[in-house]
Amino acid sequence: MKRILVGIKRVVDFNVRIRVRPDGSGVVTDGVKMSVNPFDEIALEEALRIKERGGAEEVIVATVGPADTQTQLRSALAMGADRALHVQADGVIEPLVAARALLKLVEREQPFLVILGKQAIDDDNGQTGQVLAALWNRPQATYASRLELLGDTTARVTREVDAGLETLEVDLPAVITTDLRLNEPRYVKLPDIMKAKKKPLETLTLAALGVEQRQQLKLARFEPPPQRQKGIRVKDAAELVEQLKKKGIL
Amino acid sequence: MPKVLIVAEHDGARLNVSTARCVSCARALSGAEITIAVCAADTSAVAAQAAQLEGVARVLAVANPANTHALAAVLAPQIVALAGPFTHVLGPSTTYGKDLMARVAGLLGAPQVSDIMGIESPTRFRRPIYAGNAILTVEAEPGVKVVGTVRMASFEAASGGGSAPIEQVAVSVKLPAHTRFISVSAAKSGRPDLLTAARVVSGGRALGSAEGFKILYSLAEKLGAAVGASRAAVDAGYAPNEMQVGQTGKIIAPQLYVAVGISGAIQHLTGIKDARTIVAINKDGEAPIFEVADFGLVGDLFQIIPELEKLVG
Ligand SMILES: Cc1cc2nc3c(=O)[nH]c(=O)nc-3n(C[C@H](O)[C@H](O)[C@H](O)COP(=O)(O)OP(=O)(O)OC[C@H]3O[C@@H](n4cnc5c(N)ncnc54)[C@H](O)[C@@H]3O)c2cc1C
Ligand SMILES: Nc1ncnc2c1ncn2[C@@H]1O[C@H](COP(=O)(O)O)[C@@H](O)[C@H]1O
Repeated sequence: MKRILVGIKRVVDFNVRIRVRPDGSGVVTDGVKMSVNPFDEIALEEALRIKERGGAEEVIVATVGPADTQTQLRSALAMGADRALHVQADGVIEPLVAARALLKLVEREQPFLVILGKQAIDDDNGQTGQVLAALWNRPQATYASRLELLGDTTARVTREVDAGLETLEVDLPAVITTDLRLNEPRYVKLPDIMKAKKKPLETLTLAALGVEQRQQLKLARFEPPPQRQKGIRVKDAAELVEQLKKKGIL
Repeated sequence: MPKVLIVAEHDGARLNVSTARCVSCARALSGAEITIAVCAADTSAVAAQAAQLEGVARVLAVANPANTHALAAVLAPQIVALAGPFTHVLGPSTTYGKDLMARVAGLLGAPQVSDIMGIESPTRFRRPIYAGNAILTVEAEPGVKVVGTVRMASFEAASGGGSAPIEQVAVSVKLPAHTRFISVSAAKSGRPDLLTAARVVSGGRALGSAEGFKILYSLAEKLGAAVGASRAAVDAGYAPNEMQVGQTGKIIAPQLYVAVGISGAIQHLTGIKDARTIVAINKDGEAPIFEVADFGLVGDLFQIIPELEKLVG
């Protein structure tokens, strides 16, 4: 069966203004809205479109995370994924651990394409896709803004890079990571949420997959960023130029 | 003593300034011995430039036709082959470095510290998380090799004047053929590079069209500035993707940043936190961009920008 595996991470919703706990032990997450990482929604949307065009038969979503992550897996199923794999783990899951777990799922499910987000908007690591591709010894095409399958063996990917747009061809299977402009994810309709409740969701553990939850980077301290001083209002372009000249900027 | 390997970024002819910023980051590791690795088809020009960076002990030049285009899957095994004796392996937090270094980390089974903005010790690093709304200090397990990407806006470029020895090294590892470079389309704007420009004028959704952006190009020319854009402007097709500033675009630190018709969403502000002076021009006096602006001007940009252009021209 032609499968696509999509990695999903549960993160603090992008609209939430994050606050650091006064004791520096972390950020406040109690009662904060959690969502599927926006880049992962884009990854899932791309997988669904490929399936709808006849390019794949099954779309699987997978996550490594705490029990609560089931909510996000259900939203992914409601969006249209066929089934979900939940590797339960609490605490810090470093990209290497997430990638090792995803690799185990890849070995089991044999997808021809793995699509992840380019970065999780909580830790902003931007590593997991590349680490997975390295461990799997397969191609990576990161920051994709266009993905085209050329038959069963090759994908052509346009990447958003600092210089502009780069196009690569990669043999399949491969790991793709999504950038914002790859697509616009669909909205979930109410009946789909009902249907999603009946879709298969399998729960696994890191231990059962034989992956050690090693933490190589201790999270020593969280701080709020330095605040910028609030500036002044100027009344028109002339005053602006005058002020900038006075400060030696112009 | 930290032994740092820096992976050079270049286009085959010229060393990218991002490498000089990595050198400054490495120099913040006290007593570090710094080596730069240059992988290219022909390493001569780039290795010579790398050798001039102050504080560099030596340059390793890995010449291989497979390195004509920078492909992470091809470069990573070569870096790993060199990485053995090093305590730290650093690259720039540019799309090149982010793509490559995490693959290196994966092959090494090493932890990666992304977007290093400060170094507290050889094992303690500061980095932004949550779009820069929190700063995290991480502490690596003692004895593990640390891979890192260096946040460009946090380090000045190391100066020239050095003369490190250049060693040609042959790396005999099998390189994959599963990834092929097809093309890169980089629009030549003739304007300064957004990542390094001292002045940047950026436009948002309010510019309304690619045509509308022209008033910014014209002002930028007068100011000798690069032009940036918000995500909304790029999504709408008013500006190309390489102009996007923010959490998922470019993180910049110009002397002067002029935000025109940009509301100031947190994802955008992440990209400009280190700008020396921020000017905001927006018709909505309540727009969040004014919270971070040193100089705020409330009004219609289509009236203000031409005025401004006259005044600075
Ligand atoms: C995961 C994620 C990542 C993101 N990454 C980025 C990123 O890297 N960079 C980024 O920029 N955004 C990013 N965004 C998007 C961000 O949240 C905002 O949607 C975006 O920055 C808004 O762009 P804007 O300010 O141009 O548009 P708007 O928010 O629509 O603001 C337009 C502004 O123009 C003003 N205006 C309108 N007409 C005029 C006029 N005639 N004269 C003067 N002012 C006028 C309005 O008052 C308004 O303030 C990201 C979002 C997500 C979810
Ligand atoms: N714990 C996880 N479970 C499943 N997928 C993940 C996990 N962590 C990261 N990913 C995927 O990897 C991408 C990049 O994450 P990161 O490397 O943490 O920035 C995310 O957008 C997800 O697609």
